[in-house]
Amino acid sequence: MAGISPETLVDEFKKNDVTHVVCLPDSETNWLYLKLQDEPSLDLVPVCREGETMPIAAGLSIGGKKPVVLIQNTGMFESGDSIRGIALDLGLPMVMVIGYRGWTRKGPTPDSAARYTEPILNAWGINYYLMERDEDADRISLAFEEASRTSRPVAVLVGDEYHAFSTGKK
Amino acid sequence: MILQRDLMAAVAQQRDSAVVVTTMGSRGDWAQVSSTPQRDLPVSGAMGKASSMALGIALAQPDVKVILFDGDGSLLMNLGALIAIANKAPGNLYHFVMENGVYATTGGQPIPGQGRFSMAKLALASGYPAAYEFDDLEDFSTRAADILSQRGPVLVCAKIVPEVEEESPGTTLPPGVLPMRQAVREVQKALGVSPG
Repeated sequence: MAGISPETLVDEFKKNDVTHVVCLPDSETNWLYLKLQDEPSLDLVPVCREGETMPIAAGLSIGGKKPVVLIQNTGMFESGDSIRGIALDLGLPMVMVIGYRGWTRKGPTPDSAARYTEPILNAWGINYYLMERDEDADRISLAFEEASRTSRPVAVLVGDEYHAFSTGKK
Repeated sequence: MILQRDLMAAVAQQRDSAVVVTTMGSRGDWAQVSSTPQRDLPVSGAMGKASSMALGIALAQPDVKVILFDGDGSLLMNLGALIAIANKAPGNLYHFVMENGVYATTGGQPIPGQGRFSMAKLALASGYPAAYEFDDLEDFSTRAADILSQRGPVLVCAKIVPEVEEESPGTTLPPGVLPMRQAVREVQKALGVSPG
């Protein structure tokens, strides 16, 4: 089964001149987190709660850097007012890479985290791209291009096989 | 107890070219003493996230001082920011907490644990290298230059007189305060940063 390697995401971040990864690790992104810790060109900014990621990323953008937000969909729910009042209202480009907990192509998901993810992004009017395997990596570049062009947040949902990050398997 | 505007006037004398981030309860007073409004960023409607935004600016611009006027109620909403700030330890961040014990912008209701905790001790326990408390303007004024020349992050908790706002801050802007989105553009311009 195809999957997503952390190297692919790191390469995409570097290709798009990302300077900072503002993040809170979760089960889906653990392996990526470890990879990021060893990547000298990307400055990790860990937070205690996901709602901090948007204002930190906004501050970095105001100061001329290019951050990416890396959180899980559950953390996106927690971040609701930061997404509204900062990511949307300030008109700053912001790419949010979001672990799509519960996403599956194999039928209905029992996980409400997955069921609410896309409806909530749609309610905010935040465009999003789905990334399921390495071949989808250019969607990250699309997201950066769109965020820059529209000065809005754009999400990349990393689905299902992202769990490979926890196991190291592809 | 100190009047917020008096303390801000003392800070303004030491400001130099610092970017100043304010919260809802401090933006109006700061606008009255600021001599460099193009470097002022009033953060409103962000549920206590001014401290996180100040951290981002401080990390992006390590050669520029960032002075943050936080509120005690605001910081309680975002207490993990103390850990995030201390962890990245930006040497250019000066974190003022205006402690009035109330939610001054929503009618003056007491904050949780009013008078029972110390923001300065919380900051030190979180890993800030230095933190101070002041309840006397003269004491602060004599130390202000020294504190603002220290390596950050430094937290200064100022015990201020509660001044409860009568109008909803969500509907009106105090005199001299720009809408946040416009202020962002002004600060970027002052820092030489291209928007987008």
